[in-house]
Amino acid sequence: MTFAASDAASGAPAGSFAAARLPFAGQNGVHVALKILIAGGFGVGKTTLVGAISEVRPLRTEEQLTDVGTGVDDLDGVERKTTTTVAMDFGRITFPDGITLYLFGTPGQERFWFMWRDMVFGAIGAVVLADTRRLASSFSSIDFFEEHNTPFIVAVNCFDGAKRHTTRQIRTALDLDPRVPIVLCDARRRDSAKHVLTTLVQHALDTDTR
Amino acid sequence: MESPKERRIGSDAGPLVRPYALTGGRTRPQGKRLDLVTILVATGAVSDEWARMSRDQRRLLELCRTPHTVADLTSQLDLPLGVVQVLLADLYRQGLLEEHAETPLTARPDPRLLQRVLDDLRSL
Ligand SMILES: Nc1nc2c(ncn2[C@@H]2O[C@H](COP(=O)(O)OP(=O)(O)O)[C@@H](O)[C@H]2O)c(=O)[nH]1
Ligand SMILES: [Mg+2]
Repeated sequence: MTFAASDAASGAPAGSFAAARLPFAGQNGVHVALKILIAGGFGVGKTTLVGAISEVRPLRTEEQLTDVGTGVDDLDGVERKTTTTVAMDFGRITFPDGITLYLFGTPGQERFWFMWRDMVFGAIGAVVLADTRRLASSFSSIDFFEEHNTPFIVAVNCFDGAKRHTTRQIRTALDLDPRVPIVLCDARRRDSAKHVLTTLVQHALDTDTR
Repeated sequence: MESPKERRIGSDAGPLVRPYALTGGRTRPQGKRLDLVTILVATGAVSDEWARMSRDQRRLLELCRTPHTVADLTSQLDLPLGVVQVLLADLYRQGLLEEHAETPLTARPDPRLLQRVLDDLRSL
């Protein structure tokens, strides 16, 4: 098989795969990919946070299929399967040293846990976004990451006009382990989003038991 | 079996093709677990299946001339993740794609990598 286009950037001759296996510098391909999960209830600021700090791309996934097909190749079965498209928040930060950091945002409700289960393996950790006006919407995300031993932090999105609480009050309300960091943030601001992510990565390093 | 093309409907109706018609109705990838951040690259192996491959599979192989993550591939094809995972697993099984050796996914990233990301984020 050959490809028509020549791969000038990586210096590959036209129609050759050769260069694809060589390590290359710069933006030509992804070489180290790490991921951070952004969780939290609807309207808590996940999309805003991802957009504030990273290059946002579309990513479609689908809600659970009703698996009524009899055989894997049974097209009749396909007809009866229901899929609902869920747009996941998807952001990328490409660093000059060749690391690409991926951010994936998904609602925290239990009915989305099947997505979290797939995504949590290999993750640096998770940011649970919380809104002080409805802290309860963060409970299920916290449950999930505690259960999966995933390093996570809680980022409290300080919406304008929302009553400010101390992090101690929030920790009590969320029944949070004293080691789990809580940060206050404004998801719209890049420096704030950056602080959230660095806090998480530091926490992941601190809790690494190897 | 009808070809996916025969299933085209008006663009207002959502996807042009029922997504899982592109995979022959299969909704689960076979074999290799493909994470959103698994990096895949074309092996360069020649396939006699080329002529029978779908447009999407050829596109995936072409993109993978440079290492791409599953998430990036899914985003570029604008198909649902589950569909792309099935298509990619097929290509992987045929020896046309392999995991980019630099970073096989482990349960937790290596602390040295974490430290690098931390430094990278701080210097943003
Ligand atoms: N005042 C304020 N508004 C915010 C903040 N973060 C998000 N918003 C707004 O809250 C709404 C919901 O945010 P969004 O990111 O879509 O939440 P998502 O459902 O978790 O993705 C949007 O209208 C945002 O503009 C914040 O930190 N402060
Ligand atoms: Mg959103």
